[in-house]
Amino acid sequence: MIPFVAFIQKEFFHILRDKRTMLILLVMPVVMILIFGFAISTEIRNINVVIVSPNQSESVRQIVEKIEANEYFSVVGTLPSPHQIDRAMRSDRADIALVFDANFEQNASVQLVIDASNPMVATAEMFYLSGIMHAYFTNKLQGILPPQSIGTSVRMLYNPQMKSSYNFVPGIMGLIFILICAMMTSVSIVREKEVGTMEVLLASPVKPLHIIFAKMIPYFVISCVNLATILLLAYFVLEIPMVGSLFWLCTLSIIYIVLALALGLLISTVVTSQVAAMFGSLLGLMLPVLLLSGMMFPIENMPIPLQVLSNVIPARWYIAAVRKLMIEGLAVSYITKELFILLGMTLFLIIIALKKFKNRL
Amino acid sequence: MKRETVIKVDNLTKRFGSFTAVDSISFEVGRGEIFGFLGANGAGKTTAMRILCGLSIPTSGNATVAGFDIATQSEQVKRNIGYMSQKFSLYDDLNVWENIRLFAGIYGMEARDIATKTDVLLQKLNFESERNTLIKALPLGWKQKLAFSVAIFHNPKIVFLDEPTGGVDPATRRQFWEMIYEAAESGITIFVTTHYMDEAEYCNRVSIMVDGHIAALDSPNNLKQQFEVDTMNEVFQHLVSNAKRGE
Repeated sequence: MIPFVAFIQKEFFHILRDKRTMLILLVMPVVMILIFGFAISTEIRNINVVIVSPNQSESVRQIVEKIEANEYFSVVGTLPSPHQIDRAMRSDRADIALVFDANFEQNASVQLVIDASNPMVATAEMFYLSGIMHAYFTNKLQGILPPQSIGTSVRMLYNPQMKSSYNFVPGIMGLIFILICAMMTSVSIVREKEVGTMEVLLASPVKPLHIIFAKMIPYFVISCVNLATILLLAYFVLEIPMVGSLFWLCTLSIIYIVLALALGLLISTVVTSQVAAMFGSLLGLMLPVLLLSGMMFPIENMPIPLQVLSNVIPARWYIAAVRKLMIEGLAVSYITKELFILLGMTLFLIIIALKKFKNRL
Repeated sequence: MKRETVIKVDNLTKRFGSFTAVDSISFEVGRGEIFGFLGANGAGKTTAMRILCGLSIPTSGNATVAGFDIATQSEQVKRNIGYMSQKFSLYDDLNVWENIRLFAGIYGMEARDIATKTDVLLQKLNFESERNTLIKALPLGWKQKLAFSVAIFHNPKIVFLDEPTGGVDPATRRQFWEMIYEAAESGITIFVTTHYMDEAEYCNRVSIMVDGHIAALDSPNNLKQQFEVDTMNEVFQHLVSNAKRGE
């Protein structure tokens, strides 16, 4: 037992003495949370609107005021005729043109011209602006139309302000644990192979299992520190209401961390150089997590083959479960499926990794 | 003088697919002997050595190291040997004392023994001032001497040295061999591979591997007489010139 403790101590020395890596390990999650939470946002702000209206009627003035009052829009000017819209957009002065009919007071006809070079942005802009117009007309026509007129009333549940940070935090958690556990473990095991110390260890009476468990424990501890950092930041800085059970959130995360450690071990048995381990983890793990886990792009919108592929990506299940627990505040009974899939994957990976590791002796 | 046998190799063979790296070799090494294991690159000496250290399993044949069977008792074999790899075998980012403590701990030494023995060792090597120096800050020669000291720290019956003096200057190599002699006198068997023919002259007996076979095995003097040459270098050249495998 003493050699095992000495081994864990040695691994901590390796990490603690490599100041740069250490800094990356502890600061990266913080930076990612802050960048994704604040800087990168899928919300669209500062949309420039130009108004095209042949005559300034009372209704037009009221609508323009409503738009200006909205935090997403700023009205940058008025154009006398629709022919100038093209130039305004090309010169980057306007994103949207709101074209009022000359007889707007009579026929209430209005046209939205949107720069759709980025379709996602254009769609969002259209929804925002239609929303404002719709609200205005509903208000105006109250009492004129029969009360049972058709309309849709929209309520955004769980994330009423549509904050994108709600969406990103689970994604970042899915990404960071894979990066830290899988990449760092595989790199640190492969480093020993590369430097030649692994050979000396294997020629000694230490059990191979002890060697790899000693490697995993420090990264496990660091990941738990990161988990705490992320949750604290999410709660206090991004103000995400942690409505679900904290216990289950941590349990789920620990399962995922163990899974990532097993992945790292598996990678280390396949590759022989640190560079290969690094690229293997980056390309083989980080890209799928970014692209296929539903972190950035909804899985439902993917082509069927990619949807099928996304099933084998652990982060997909982890991120989905974290969303349910953390943001929707669902009880643990709603994530049993994800929990069991992750547990199954973890066991599978551990068995394969250990088998592979033994074969190499 | 007949020495007690500590390594006994009998028709040992290792194949990788269709390639036979080690082809049915047999030899014995006695206690306290300095046994040189020579061969060109790719002749199979590292493979043979790895089998004897329990790092690799032979395809066929038997071998006992320190009285234990390498196939079935690798655990006991590992307890009784020391190993210094071709690549550097201490941890760069641990200091001298931490390396000693780690490796001694691995071999099951008691903490108190480790502490007292470390003091003796560092005093002998004139290393006391470097006790808390990180290994990466030491010159290569010192590192190699320290690595050897660590490999024999737990008093193994046999120590396997895989090209221990690669890249080390002649003066340090000389000191290194003095340490090897000292260890051999204390009863530790030395099994050493090298590319330096002057070092081959220092060995009690030398085996030269060519294409997976042992082409010659005797004391340096007998080998030189047998091939009617003056140096081990010429013996080696003579044998290796017939080799089919290149690097």
